[in-house]
Amino acid sequence: MLAIMKRDFKSYFSSPIAYVLIGLFMLLVGLYFNSFLGYGSDIIGELVSVMSGLLLFIVPIMTMRSMAEDKKNGTEILLLTAPVKVSEIVMGKFLAAYSVFLVMTGVSLIFPIITIIAGKPDILLIFSSYLGYILLGAIYVSFGVFASSLTENQIIAAIISLVSIFLIQNVGYLASFFSGFLNKAFLWLSVMDRYEDFSKGIIDLTSVIFMVCYAAVFLILTYRVIEHKRWSQG
Amino acid sequence: MIEIQNLTKVYGKIVAVDNISFTVEKGEILGFLGPNGAGKSTTMNILTGFISSTSGTVRIAGKDILENPLEVKKQIGFLPEQPPLYLDMTVNEYLDFCAKLKSVPAKVWKGQKKDIMELVKITHVSHRLIKNLSKGYKQRVGLAQALVGTPEVLILDEPTVGLDPKQIIEIRNLIRALGKRHTIILSSHILPEVSAVCDRVVIINKGRIVAIDTPENLSKALSDFSRFTVTVAGPENKVKDIISKIYGVKYIESSTKLKNDECSFIVEADKDIDVRKPMFNQLAQHGFPILELRSLNLTLEEIFLQLTRTEEKEAVS
Repeated sequence: MLAIMKRDFKSYFSSPIAYVLIGLFMLLVGLYFNSFLGYGSDIIGELVSVMSGLLLFIVPIMTMRSMAEDKKNGTEILLLTAPVKVSEIVMGKFLAAYSVFLVMTGVSLIFPIITIIAGKPDILLIFSSYLGYILLGAIYVSFGVFASSLTENQIIAAIISLVSIFLIQNVGYLASFFSGFLNKAFLWLSVMDRYEDFSKGIIDLTSVIFMVCYAAVFLILTYRVIEHKRWSQG
Repeated sequence: MIEIQNLTKVYGKIVAVDNISFTVEKGEILGFLGPNGAGKSTTMNILTGFISSTSGTVRIAGKDILENPLEVKKQIGFLPEQPPLYLDMTVNEYLDFCAKLKSVPAKVWKGQKKDIMELVKITHVSHRLIKNLSKGYKQRVGLAQALVGTPEVLILDEPTVGLDPKQIIEIRNLIRALGKRHTIILSSHILPEVSAVCDRVVIINKGRIVAIDTPENLSKALSDFSRFTVTVAGPENKVKDIISKIYGVKYIESSTKLKNDECSFIVEADKDIDVRKPMFNQLAQHGFPILELRSLNLTLEEIFLQLTRTEEKEAVS
């Protein structure tokens, strides 16, 4: 698993993709940061919300190659005929993409550091915002990996994850169209509502577990997709 | 070493592999021969655990591929039709990655890597990116990948496809050398390759085994007559007349004319009658010396066509 993760992680940085994404992300977040200066006290909370919105575009591009490229290059066969479990392959792929996400998150820590140096922000609030953000990132990245396992075309993988992440972000809004059970179900599924709690400084253990499970579901689905293909008779 | 029993793979309504059984002994090089789409790659993908079979079992060194996938996979080195290379890595990085993937201990790997790279002659390109290598070198890196961890069994799917003639000969020699230490299954639709390298041949067509034997036996078993090529110094018409009158000769056909006073024929005769002595005597009596007399065995090519054709005929009737 570690071998796969390291290889994939390196490969993100041996092509321009990681640099371009992180650069673009930092540019946009920096612009927002600049415009937020001077307004209110919770700059970082606002900024992290913006960052989570940007993930809609960043994550699909980041994860689109994860599995799709292996399928296209035929390296999938190398992984699947090696003495490695499929679950290890999926975890390795996910952790590689997620590490790139974490590197990107790490770079963005420059903004809270600036506010800490320049003023007196609520450090716990920054911490909980970031915690919510990286949990949300785990969900998006795991979905991106799943989308990438569905096709060998990276563009299609990116579009699938873009649309789906958009739906995940707006599932709470969909709830308003329904009443009764469906309304409750959609609200329960809504990650964004739980994420909002984090950005308000509320760290709820059930929310943490919920978001981790949310991410895990997509990884299990990825595992199922790969296994299904190997066992399919059609 | 490898036991395959009643292996079947069905894709929807298409039977890609139909009840195949055979075994491969330790140290043997087995050729897997068939036209495109005969089920060679499917069988190999099942053997390596890449895809599952619909029914039937594969045992490698006594272990079932489905029951002990990780252990069995350690014993197999696989070179798929398209070498599974990460183009953005250097040869060194790629082989190191393969070694980690196959959990080869770091101490063992250091020496092994050197040996493998020397064996397939890629030492001098080890620092280059794989995407910049030629097709022949990519194939060699793919082969090197299969050798990582010195697996007992090597499964090579069309290892010489797309190479130039010189490279083909090199890869063939390499495979022969590897056959001393590994059990090898090699697929091909190129017949001379199989007859040049393999101890035994499995011919497969439309997912079914048509024949299993050594290349020589296959050649003998299938010819119900003996064939010769004979070159004689003398006028074509007369010589042809003399030979065709010999008891046992069934068919004579002129082949390429070499010089004016020499002629050459392909002669087919009854399997049980040796026509060579009477041919010599008769021609000598008439003063036409034999310059060359050589018996022709069926080439694998002919065997192959014959077998696959009989199959079709049977299917029609």
